[in-house]
Amino acid sequence: MKKKSMKGWLYLLPAILFLGCFMVYPLIDVLIYSVEEGYNSASQTYWGVGLYNYSYVLRDPYFLQAVKNTLILVAITVPLSTGFALLISLGLNAVKPLRSLFQTVYFLPYVTNTLAVGLVFMILFKKTAYTEGLVNLMLQWFGASSVDFIDGPYWAKMFVLCFYTIWVVMPFKILILTSALASVNPEYYSAARMDGTRPFRIFYKITLPMISPMIFYLVITGFIGAFKAYSDAVALFGTDLNAAGMNTIVGYVYDMLYGNSGGYPSFASAAALILFAIVLTITCVNLLISKKTSVN
Amino acid sequence: MKVVLEHLTKRFPSRSKKEEDVIAVNDFNFEIPDGKLIGLLGPSGCGKSTTLNLICGLEPPTEGKIYFGNDDVTRLPPENRGVGLVFQNYALYPHLTVLENIQFPLKNLRGAERPTKEQMLERAKEAAKLVQIEGLLERKPSELSGGQQQRVAIARALVKMPKVLLLDEPLSNLDARLRLQTREEIRRIQLETGITTIFVTHDQDEAMSISDMIVVMKAGVMQQMGPPQDVYDQPVNLFVATFLGTPQINVFDGEVKNGWLYIGGDRVLETPGPEDQKVSVGIRPEGFTLDENGPFALNLERVEVMGRDTSVVSTHPASRSAFIRSIIPARNRVDKTKKTVRFRLMPDKVFLFDAKTEERVPFTLPPEGVEG
Repeated sequence: MKKKSMKGWLYLLPAILFLGCFMVYPLIDVLIYSVEEGYNSASQTYWGVGLYNYSYVLRDPYFLQAVKNTLILVAITVPLSTGFALLISLGLNAVKPLRSLFQTVYFLPYVTNTLAVGLVFMILFKKTAYTEGLVNLMLQWFGASSVDFIDGPYWAKMFVLCFYTIWVVMPFKILILTSALASVNPEYYSAARMDGTRPFRIFYKITLPMISPMIFYLVITGFIGAFKAYSDAVALFGTDLNAAGMNTIVGYVYDMLYGNSGGYPSFASAAALILFAIVLTITCVNLLISKKTSVN
Repeated sequence: MKVVLEHLTKRFPSRSKKEEDVIAVNDFNFEIPDGKLIGLLGPSGCGKSTTLNLICGLEPPTEGKIYFGNDDVTRLPPENRGVGLVFQNYALYPHLTVLENIQFPLKNLRGAERPTKEQMLERAKEAAKLVQIEGLLERKPSELSGGQQQRVAIARALVKMPKVLLLDEPLSNLDARLRLQTREEIRRIQLETGITTIFVTHDQDEAMSISDMIVVMKAGVMQQMGPPQDVYDQPVNLFVATFLGTPQINVFDGEVKNGWLYIGGDRVLETPGPEDQKVSVGIRPEGFTLDENGPFALNLERVEVMGRDTSVVSTHPASRSAFIRSIIPARNRVDKTKKTVRFRLMPDKVFLFDAKTEERVPFTLPPEGVEG
């Protein structure tokens, strides 16, 4: 038996080494950094151990702004993108002609580079000396006054960020949901038709419960993904997100490490662990809800 | 409620222009009397399920009409026809309890038709009682056995008090023992409710054992309809004769000459009536009588003892199948050392079919009590 377990460990060794080096060790390191007060990266010295880094980060207005931005982003994009994706998937499931064409079109954003798309969004939304931007032109046709979506008011910038995020995350959700819808046994729909079930009731009482595991999966991964948002904001507003007031938590961590205010790994670690705590809490809540409402 | 099908046809368009349309149901005309249990019987892919879908309204017919009683229901949606359908895989909603599943059709009702909550519960419990699952109402379908799921599906179909109950392969998902039990159960429920019931099956045993009438189908065309024993005793063509009966009927190439039937040179049976012609001969396994001086000689292969009776397996050059199976009472011992076994044939167990059209060629039976 002992020999057998040795063999097992041997098989696990490559993965353990890899994960240990690049996952477990950095995680522990982050934890250590976050409690070392007054750490100096040049001299690699610190004053003492305590929770000062956390209290500093939690009082830093930039961090609070980043948390607010991230929470707004999460609260808006996760439900909206999942809802739209569900609507589009239902539509795709219902149409017969050109279905594969539509599926391709809806999947395109998934394979497009984030930064390239960010550039396109800039062109759509940005106001420059030469042009108002396409969206503003259209707004003017309808008699509305133009807004600078990139350097303008906070709500306009948040709108663009949410719009962009939803647009980027939808293809994957559509892909998952169309396959989930297609895997529902058509006999259930026949049975429902036999009883004259109205379309909304079919959706609410049959389709939705059947695909609910996939919806929960998308909501959980959507939450995690939205909390980790960073590159989208950079693509739209440039690297100085604090100045634009559009920073995210991950952006704050990055800035603390490498940005203009960089060189503070302790603050970065503390912020990262706070993010970790938020994501963990929300995922646990999600899992609890999904367990309560799951099919079996 | 009697069900009448008039020139009912269902054509599925082909996918490409090269292929021909599939005619799943071809010009059906029959009348199902009120309060009977009907078995729709045929091999896989012969259009049985499509017929069922047409009757319940899940699919519109290409041509023809369907009447329930005197009402033309051809264009009515399924929910207004007063039919209950039990699906082959039951189609119970996995996230709902048994009670919720049974109540589901009632909760779809609107307006004056909609029962109160108490009435719904009462009707669901009534249906559950009829199929004997009162103790399982709070369970989920995944916690039930196949037979129990079947009962829930029947209860769900019955709760709206349909005028016609349709069952699609009701026994195909059950094991052999449960199958026997369930078919009795279906018969009992049908007799208790008096609902006109049509069920689809490819298993002739199932259909014969509980139906008041069977309808035999082949490739979208109705072959024969009648009480099981009549269809078994008087098949209209070779297909019906081979499809009904286990073990299968034995088929030979034969010839009618001067009022006698010849199989491979042996003059085996007097068959007055038809003109001289080549025929296909069907002989039921129970149509053989052991007789040392009998006219029909077969090459004895082996004898299978089954206790109640004995199965004699033999070969013959004119036989269409590799082996011929004849069933004789167990008290008649076959001499296993001999290479040939000789039989007399019972005229009412021998059917002649046209060699080309495979339609039945009738011949005059000798007077009762005299064996050929």
